[in-house]
Amino acid sequence: MKTFPIGGIHPSDNKEWSKDKSIECIDLPNEVMIPMIQHIGAPATPVVQKGDKVLTGQLVGQAGGFVSANIHSPISGTVTSIDSYPNGQGQRLTMVVIKREGDEWVESIDRSTELKRECSLTPAEIIAKIKDAGVVGLGGAQFPTHVKLSIPDGQKAEMLIVNGVECEPYLTSDYRNMMERAEMMLTGIEILMRAIGVERALIGVENNKPDAIAHLNEVIARDAYRGIEVVPLKMRYPQGGEKQLIAALTGRQVAPPPALPISEGVVVSNASTAIAVYEAVQKNKPLIERVVTITGKSLGSTHNFMTRFGTSLDYLLSFSGGLPEGDVKVLNGGPMMGRAIVDTSAPIIKGCSGITILSGAEAARGKESACIKCAKCVSVCPMGLEPYLLSRLAKLQKWDVAEEHNTIDCIECGCCSYTCPSNLPLLDYIRIGKQTVMANIRSRAIANKK
Amino acid sequence: MATKLFASHSPHIHGGEKTHRIMLDVVLALIPALAVSTYVLGWRVLFITAVAVVSCVAFEWLICRFLLKRRSTICDLSAVVTGVLLAFNLPVGIPWWIVVIGALVAIGIGKMTFGGLGTNPFNPALTGRIFLLIAYPVQMTDWTTGVPDALSGSTMLADVKYAPELVSSLNFTEMLGGVMNGSMGEISAIALILGGLYLLWRKVISWHIPVSILATMAIFAASVGASYGGAMIYEFPLFHILAGGALLGAIYMATDYSTSPMTHRGMIIYGVGIGLLTMIIRLWGAYPEGMSFAIFIMNAATPLINKYVRPKRFGTK
Amino acid sequence: MNTLVLTVLTLSVLGILLAVILYFVAQKFHVEEDPRIDDVEKMLPGANCGGCGFAGCRAMADALVTRENIASLFCPVAGGQTMKNIAGFLGKTAPEKEPMVATIRCGGTCQKRPKVNHYDGAMNCAVVNSFYVGESACAYGCIGYGDCVSACKFGALSLNTETGLVEVNPDKCTACGACVKACPKGLIELRKKWPKNRAVYVACRSKNRGAVVMKACKAGCIGCGKCAKVCAFDAITIDNNLAYIDSEKCKLCRKCVNECPTGAIHLENMDPLPKEPKVVATPKSEVAK
Repeated sequence: MKTFPIGGIHPSDNKEWSKDKSIECIDLPNEVMIPMIQHIGAPATPVVQKGDKVLTGQLVGQAGGFVSANIHSPISGTVTSIDSYPNGQGQRLTMVVIKREGDEWVESIDRSTELKRECSLTPAEIIAKIKDAGVVGLGGAQFPTHVKLSIPDGQKAEMLIVNGVECEPYLTSDYRNMMERAEMMLTGIEILMRAIGVERALIGVENNKPDAIAHLNEVIARDAYRGIEVVPLKMRYPQGGEKQLIAALTGRQVAPPPALPISEGVVVSNASTAIAVYEAVQKNKPLIERVVTITGKSLGSTHNFMTRFGTSLDYLLSFSGGLPEGDVKVLNGGPMMGRAIVDTSAPIIKGCSGITILSGAEAARGKESACIKCAKCVSVCPMGLEPYLLSRLAKLQKWDVAEEHNTIDCIECGCCSYTCPSNLPLLDYIRIGKQTVMANIRSRAIANKK
Repeated sequence: MATKLFASHSPHIHGGEKTHRIMLDVVLALIPALAVSTYVLGWRVLFITAVAVVSCVAFEWLICRFLLKRRSTICDLSAVVTGVLLAFNLPVGIPWWIVVIGALVAIGIGKMTFGGLGTNPFNPALTGRIFLLIAYPVQMTDWTTGVPDALSGSTMLADVKYAPELVSSLNFTEMLGGVMNGSMGEISAIALILGGLYLLWRKVISWHIPVSILATMAIFAASVGASYGGAMIYEFPLFHILAGGALLGAIYMATDYSTSPMTHRGMIIYGVGIGLLTMIIRLWGAYPEGMSFAIFIMNAATPLINKYVRPKRFGTK
Repeated sequence: MNTLVLTVLTLSVLGILLAVILYFVAQKFHVEEDPRIDDVEKMLPGANCGGCGFAGCRAMADALVTRENIASLFCPVAGGQTMKNIAGFLGKTAPEKEPMVATIRCGGTCQKRPKVNHYDGAMNCAVVNSFYVGESACAYGCIGYGDCVSACKFGALSLNTETGLVEVNPDKCTACGACVKACPKGLIELRKKWPKNRAVYVACRSKNRGAVVMKACKAGCIGCGKCAKVCAFDAITIDNNLAYIDSEKCKLCRKCVNECPTGAIHLENMDPLPKEPKVVATPKSEVAK
């Protein structure tokens, strides 16, 4: 069975906690807070004012550039405030607050549940529709999809790769989408293939989800989706990393940064993003909701909720009996790459595939001791780096040496910290090194231009 | 009880591996060899091992407490490993006070001078052994004292060195099972291999270092053996792998984390170097056994290997 | 005997050969250098802190000797007198600079700025800052893991475990500026150093609105502007809900200190102005403390 070439770890997947919970719709919240930045790139500019009435699906934030995304109202009601509010990490962002009044949708949106498969739009039209709908990568990185699909001149896509790996422990939102909304997903994949002009798509799914593999294969055979193939992959973290997934499926390795997957003729999209693409193109429905997994061993109940963006975390947790008492770590995402949340009144945003609640004992960082040079971090690094060295260099602020050692290749998967027997926070420091080196490279590039 | 929110960067979970657990695994892996050694050589084996372990731990504690004035690091069990390995490298009849001196050199000079676990450039147990070998050559090569039914006065390596044809008359089954002359830990090849397999299974060590050392030695010995003709082409390499400290060194001493390279390619270069040096010393050097010196020399080369042998960067040819 | 002769001969020949090679290499790669650079370097403190903007004292000495105009060069560690000596030695005009001192502009102690979460990762301010706002609700306050303390080469900074804040020892501070660069929140400023280490400054960097500040920290600046109104020297500006006292304009009149409703304006090594006429009546001994 296929997998990526170097490094990787095998954390226990803990998916059993929520994998059998079907996607539930919940009562709409009475108020939503919509950050004007829910994507990589420039923040969106609010186009509504305090006191305005908005409909569900109406544009509230206009993309602030090419690498940016539109933001739509997830509910209908009145704008009560446009101000800075803290996000889950306590950082204040511009947010539009809307008080709900019913649930009245913009008319052009097709709300029927019937599958609409034919698509005769040109690639440019498809990309324009995706751009209007504010679709971003739903895997967590939140990269605007229309940017990814706009293939630079002189390069050609040969293949679409769909990321159905969901290698993060605990999370099951992609899995539920594959099980319950496979038709929409596959139609979305067809549209994506049309948008980038390819005949072939590979869906990578790890072998811990055999029923999803079987179900997708069944639908592909039944409804004759041509050129789409499901490839089972050997379970191993971080298989869902873009470069790792490409290597696992095609055997090709994308060159180090600044090379992008397109240089190997590949465009990668998340499985849930395909559904958002389907809805945007075929149903005119902007990206206003997604499946969010609420999971954790200490929670009262676990769920896979269809959640409108801007819903507060507290509201979602109230369906699971609220936050458990004692020491907890609330994560936006899974335990390997998720971000810890310190303000549970913060809203759910586009990149949030799940909320994982870890107990203090599960999440506590162990006591640090000296590096014993066991080289375990080197052997688990999927990018072929030397984490022990990069971490040390960042701690000593030797940025130029860190750059020589390719610190910007790091994908922040966390395998090194996970495996370190001395409990060293390797990635904490590597991340600082990576950020500083990238900033240095950018400022050098600007200086060179002048 | 109220809810207390924790925060940190990802990752938020840990694989559960701990330094002291790794060290404990090494000690566990050495127990079969210790048992065979005790069975063959008698209770004195346990006494010497205990002296070595206790003095290593005591010296580490004393140095942490009174010289470095920092929290003691004995809980990571690395001093225990050093103690056991030091004892395994000594003849059973050695006076106990020499063991204490060896422990002082191993921990005091070999390890703590450089900052303790992880920063020592040379394997501490080997530092101790080499010091003793040079300082107390008589006691260190006396293989009869204290042995119940004295086997013989010299090791097979020493015999074979000057009369290679002796190899053909050896009983390899006995060498495997555990009746050969030498240091306490070198007695039984099978017990050492068993422990090595345990370490591999626990992923404490990777195969790269032991295999490259033993393979290099075997190839080298085979080519030398071929020049003698006859069955020597396979008997000679087999003898060299089973005799002396080859297995103990390759599986337990050379794989010491802080003194061996970080990358798999580096480990192979390191292993090949040890294999070559061991054979050169064994065949043409002044000592019958060259394993400790070979490891020691390659320990010195490790920083250089780490500097020039990097892992393969993802996406490069 | 033969061996002995051979050995001596070989070694002698080798020695002569190497000496010749060394001589030619030294000739070939000789670098002409102004001997005064060595002298100036000796006069500099030798801390290699980088406070002058050069990589180390050697580079600074090189610049001092080679540049025509050294008015822009200043070693904050050595101070004005040494710079004058160096300038005199080189026959150039010395740069004039007032002594400065590092000031930490956060007064959010553990008591006044309660922790709302518990941080569990690497104990490093830059790491914390790259991830979230910190353990308190204030996004601008001192993180308290001491990046500045480890950046200081003179032992002038220390972490007070009781308040959770970093403190400056003005007598040890050389104003090299290493801590200013180290603080990810930009809390540290080099301010004019008054005699007896007196100082008045706004110990807050929060640009949040008053209500938000009050919620996170009881010692924060709410940008009310009362201080700016009483200042007779135009030293105080309010920008983004935050007061700032210009240390060049401030005359230490201390009027602003009494005006501040949250105590965000810190007064150091000076007695405050009497607040109300009544306060004058309190025994002097109490104030003298």
